[in-house]
Amino acid sequence: MDDMKQMILDYIRKEYIDEDEADDVTLDENTKLISSGIVDSFSMVSLKRFLEKKYAISIPDGEATPQAFDSVMSIIGLVRRFRKEA
Amino acid sequence: MAWTETARSALRGQLESLRSQGLFKEERFIHSPQAAGISVEFPAGRAPKQVINLCSNNYLGLSSHPDVIAAAHRGLDERGYGMSSVRFICGTQDIHRALEKKLTEFLGTEDTILFPSCMDANGGVFEAILGPEDVMISDRLVHASIVDGIRLCKAMHDTYKHADMAHLEEKLEEHKDRRMRVIITDGVFSMDGDLAPLDRICALAEKHGALVFLDDSHATGFIGKTGRGVHEHFGVMGKIDIITTTLGKALGGASGGCVSGRREIVEMCRQRARPYLFSNAVPPPIAAGALKVLEILSSTTERRDRLEANALFWRKGLKEAGFVIRDGDSPIVPVMLYNALLSQDIARDLFEEGIYVVGFFFPVVPAGAARIRTQLSADHDIPMLTRALAAFVKVGQKHGILGLDRKGIIEKYGN
Repeated sequence: MDDMKQMILDYIRKEYIDEDEADDVTLDENTKLISSGIVDSFSMVSLKRFLEKKYAISIPDGEATPQAFDSVMSIIGLVRRFRKEA
Repeated sequence: MAWTETARSALRGQLESLRSQGLFKEERFIHSPQAAGISVEFPAGRAPKQVINLCSNNYLGLSSHPDVIAAAHRGLDERGYGMSSVRFICGTQDIHRALEKKLTEFLGTEDTILFPSCMDANGGVFEAILGPEDVMISDRLVHASIVDGIRLCKAMHDTYKHADMAHLEEKLEEHKDRRMRVIITDGVFSMDGDLAPLDRICALAEKHGALVFLDDSHATGFIGKTGRGVHEHFGVMGKIDIITTTLGKALGGASGGCVSGRREIVEMCRQRARPYLFSNAVPPPIAAGALKVLEILSSTTERRDRLEANALFWRKGLKEAGFVIRDGDSPIVPVMLYNALLSQDIARDLFEEGIYVVGFFFPVVPAGAARIRTQLSADHDIPMLTRALAAFVKVGQKHGILGLDRKGIIEKYGN
């Protein structure tokens, strides 16, 4: 789980946080991503694609909701669910 | 007629939630034509107050220009009030095509198609030309109408960090297997007032064989030496494949928008773009007024030159007074306050001082980046802007923010 957590956190840092803002953003597995504005719901598509590719899963659009993507913890739950179902 | 208690209470709940979060929008009633100085009733029921308008998109001061009004009158007299038809049935007059040709010439493109608004142009263009085998790669701060247009289109979409060319290039690489790749950007970003680095975007597009889409709504008429837009500013006229822009801002401010660009793209919009196919033609008086606007702008750069001078004066004045502003080359000058409540309080205090501005906060701008967006017009004059600066200084002093940087304001008020 720690590996997955770290992998997702690293991706979010690289993909969504500007270098000049990196010091101002506290990011851990419980940080609100969508509702805090770190990731906007329109741009979370690349995170979805990253998860699908990295973990060889397919997340239906109906499951890729802003709520499901609102923290790394809930994203991990989603990935695990689809890995099990695969 | 099943307006049930369930329906009523569901919507009332949502309205209440908007009110309690401070997100409820209220209109202010203007009792005069759109101009740099207007008479505003706010709150509703209060006697109208004369204020300096620093929040309209009337960049060139043409919304109430006598020549434009006269041309619109002539259009009304000679071509009527409305078309009662979409364009392709019986809604196209000679002046619609004349306006499309004039816009093509002004923007330096191959062809143009009018839409009822630029919101409609952005809503219709992607779906009309792209399919599931294509990808749209947009800057993360593009206008909401582009987001809607992208959502309506079946092509894949992705985003890049605002104006980050390295990130854009990564995305172009990532999606190199797609048939068409379209880079999508605003020309001037409406909340920050900065310009997209269009020269570098075009260079990347050329290197990777991608198309470039530009929404130049906050630029057409005044950015660039002769006001053609951000593509003129960066010396890439003729290299933009799709330009969308509006008649609802600098170009007279009434309504209407267009898609201008490669001939085949425009032609596909005429065949497939749903807002073009299923909503009425731009009304004749507006088409006639817009033709006059383009005639004015093609004969002189006086208005865009004055706007540029006003913006320079305003930026310098705010900076020297100790406000934090977003740097840029446009007449959109955001005064950064970071805290949402502070932005509302300052906008209210400024209104009392005779200055009409609006505070913007999340979700309209990123969380913790609340601001007052000021917009200059060619109709402002220096004495007017000097009075507005004095009001800003007075209100800034009251709230103790002059001379504070971002960190200082956030320490004092939070974000």
